[in-house]
Amino acid sequence: MKKFLALVMALAMTLSLAACGNEAPSTSGSASQPEVAELKVGAIYINSKNDTAGYTFAHHSGIVGGMKDLGLNPETQLVIVDEVPEDKQQVLAAVDTLVGQGADIIFGISFGYIDAMEEAAGLYPDVIFSHGTGYKSNETNFNNYFGRAYQARYLAGIAAGLKSLETGNNNVGYVAAYTTAYAETASGINGFALGVQAANPNAKVYVKNLGAWADEVNEKAYAEELINTFNCGVISQHCDSAQPQIAAQNAGVFGCGYNSDMTADAPAAHLTAAIWNWNVYYATAMQAAMDCAGDASKFVEKMGGSAYYGGLKEGFVDASPLTENCAANTDKAIEAVKAMIVNGEWDVFSGVKLSIAADGTVTSADAALVDNAGNEIVAAGGPSVEDGVITGTMNYLVAGVEEV
Amino acid sequence: MEMDKLGVITTFIHNIVVYNIPLLYGTVGEIVVEKSGSLNLGVEGIMAVGAIFGYIVGCYTNSMLVGILTAFAMGALMGLLFAALTVSLQANQNITGLTLTTFGLGMYFFVGNAIKAVRWPIMSDYSSIKNGFADIAIPGLSQIPVVGKGLFSHNILVYLGIVIALCMWYYLNRTTPGLRLRAVGENPGSADSVGINVKRTKYLHICLGCGIMGIGGYYMGLNMSGSFSSACWINGYGWIAVALVIFANWNPIMAILGTFVFGFFNTLRVSGSSLAVAFPETLGWLAAVPTQLYQALPFIITAIVLVVTSVRKREGSGLPAALGLNYFREER
Repeated sequence: MKKFLALVMALAMTLSLAACGNEAPSTSGSASQPEVAELKVGAIYINSKNDTAGYTFAHHSGIVGGMKDLGLNPETQLVIVDEVPEDKQQVLAAVDTLVGQGADIIFGISFGYIDAMEEAAGLYPDVIFSHGTGYKSNETNFNNYFGRAYQARYLAGIAAGLKSLETGNNNVGYVAAYTTAYAETASGINGFALGVQAANPNAKVYVKNLGAWADEVNEKAYAEELINTFNCGVISQHCDSAQPQIAAQNAGVFGCGYNSDMTADAPAAHLTAAIWNWNVYYATAMQAAMDCAGDASKFVEKMGGSAYYGGLKEGFVDASPLTENCAANTDKAIEAVKAMIVNGEWDVFSGVKLSIAADGTVTSADAALVDNAGNEIVAAGGPSVEDGVITGTMNYLVAGVEEV
Repeated sequence: MEMDKLGVITTFIHNIVVYNIPLLYGTVGEIVVEKSGSLNLGVEGIMAVGAIFGYIVGCYTNSMLVGILTAFAMGALMGLLFAALTVSLQANQNITGLTLTTFGLGMYFFVGNAIKAVRWPIMSDYSSIKNGFADIAIPGLSQIPVVGKGLFSHNILVYLGIVIALCMWYYLNRTTPGLRLRAVGENPGSADSVGINVKRTKYLHICLGCGIMGIGGYYMGLNMSGSFSSACWINGYGWIAVALVIFANWNPIMAILGTFVFGFFNTLRVSGSSLAVAFPETLGWLAAVPTQLYQALPFIITAIVLVVTSVRKREGSGLPAALGLNYFREER
């Protein structure tokens, strides 16, 4: 009898845990909208769909937001398999589940899904596969997508640079998930540092390598180290939590967040964050999927290519609204630079360097892009670094950046 | 760049303490539990439950004392569950402990997300919590150059953790109830035969130990400034605490030492490059060590310690002889 009771109690504990995870995301208002299309959207997430912050949360909000933009109903037209590790068998099993539930387009959000997504695209030619942050694709039903976060980081860098001029402290800190191991992280650091230098040519950017995409305890510790030991007056970050911003606030310095507007986490410190508007891509892709009218093989053609790489122009990335902590004329400078990038006049990694005066006016001049080992990357006046380098092979940090 | 070289060392020492004290709570709590003969692998989950309830209740009442008591009470409640299952109902201790970890982490996210949906308390809005967690310098000792500020200027929970460890050492080794507790952990049958209430002793100390773990969880929450995101505050510290118990040889005073030895390597990862910059000639090589090695270091140390302690003769070992074995009176 006692053993039976023990079993029942243990079972109850396990079940109560399972019950916690099964709440459907509340989507108010969408039920009243008429369904304009029969598109069924599938999604494979690395973390829980119930997360309230972080990577999966950002994508889930983007998919739900994109569906609402198109008048689709996430309650009935979105099917999800979440907490899928980067393991080929498990991703393929998730794909089977979603295809079985009638998904027309399947989004896989994590880099490590890459091989499974490729194989699935071959197995199910009638289904569209779209892989976030990857580089593989085919000519028909399989594409990849990512964004020019470095452009948004350049804008945040301007805010940080102007702030460093105002405070007179030329040291800027950066808590990085990784440094030169990934092009994504290297281009992020470089974009930010160039933005800082445009406003404050004497600024120096100190980077600490976290060695993980998310590690909340050390994100805080690293930021404190940058503030205490390296006397940094502005802290930027490439990691999931708002800990670096909170550390900046606790120490009375300033910061630029990432992924989402972190003003609420550190109202006295936050300047602006480089943010993603994932719904921009998801709405575009879902629209293309509907335009295919049942022929999945036309997807890549409808998307205008097998790799989507949107930036400020598409509104895919942006700088979050500036706070009152920003130095004077930051808004003016950011507006001007943003306009230049959106118009296609100028881009971050090129042989033309921008200079931002204290009154916010922007001037440009030819200048070579040099890495921190003294190698010339782009000659003065030269063209922008190719997209393939920014997304795939950028493995250097620009001059003025020091890894500590 | 102007750099305060000695300041780097001070920060290093300070961080060893600040970031690793939760390990001390977890370890001391687990020592108390294990001394009663129960192996509780649910430390991670118990700390998580203590953390989330302690933080939320502490903030809403704007009282750190209430937060500490709530964390203790919720940890003890988890202990009560563990005791009910393993002591009264004779369930397997390992499995129950693991279940408590999953259960505790689930509870952490369930409660946290529910509160976040309504109104998440932001630590800086609650003056008593924020000020209560501020550093208090010990007069005199904190004036010692370099180490003074590193070791003797900390928040109240750091001091509380050390005091609890010392009290638990005294309790275990110098008091009658402590002696009885050890007897139960070594040989519950004999203890029973001389009139010690084995069940009551186990229940009481499992709850006490788990309560201490709960306070450690609360510390983690406060140290993270109560920022609730997709990762749990406890971040694996509960598991390290289970290993530290063996490192400390079931001795709460050794647990203090173990926490700082372990913390040294844990913190080296964060401060290593700063030390390298401050002392390029003697410590410059620290910057060349890959981050991955730093990340692995605490676990390599744990593995080495486990090997060394298991090779060492059992003589002088603090391992309770009946650890992990359920006591069933009728089978005596």
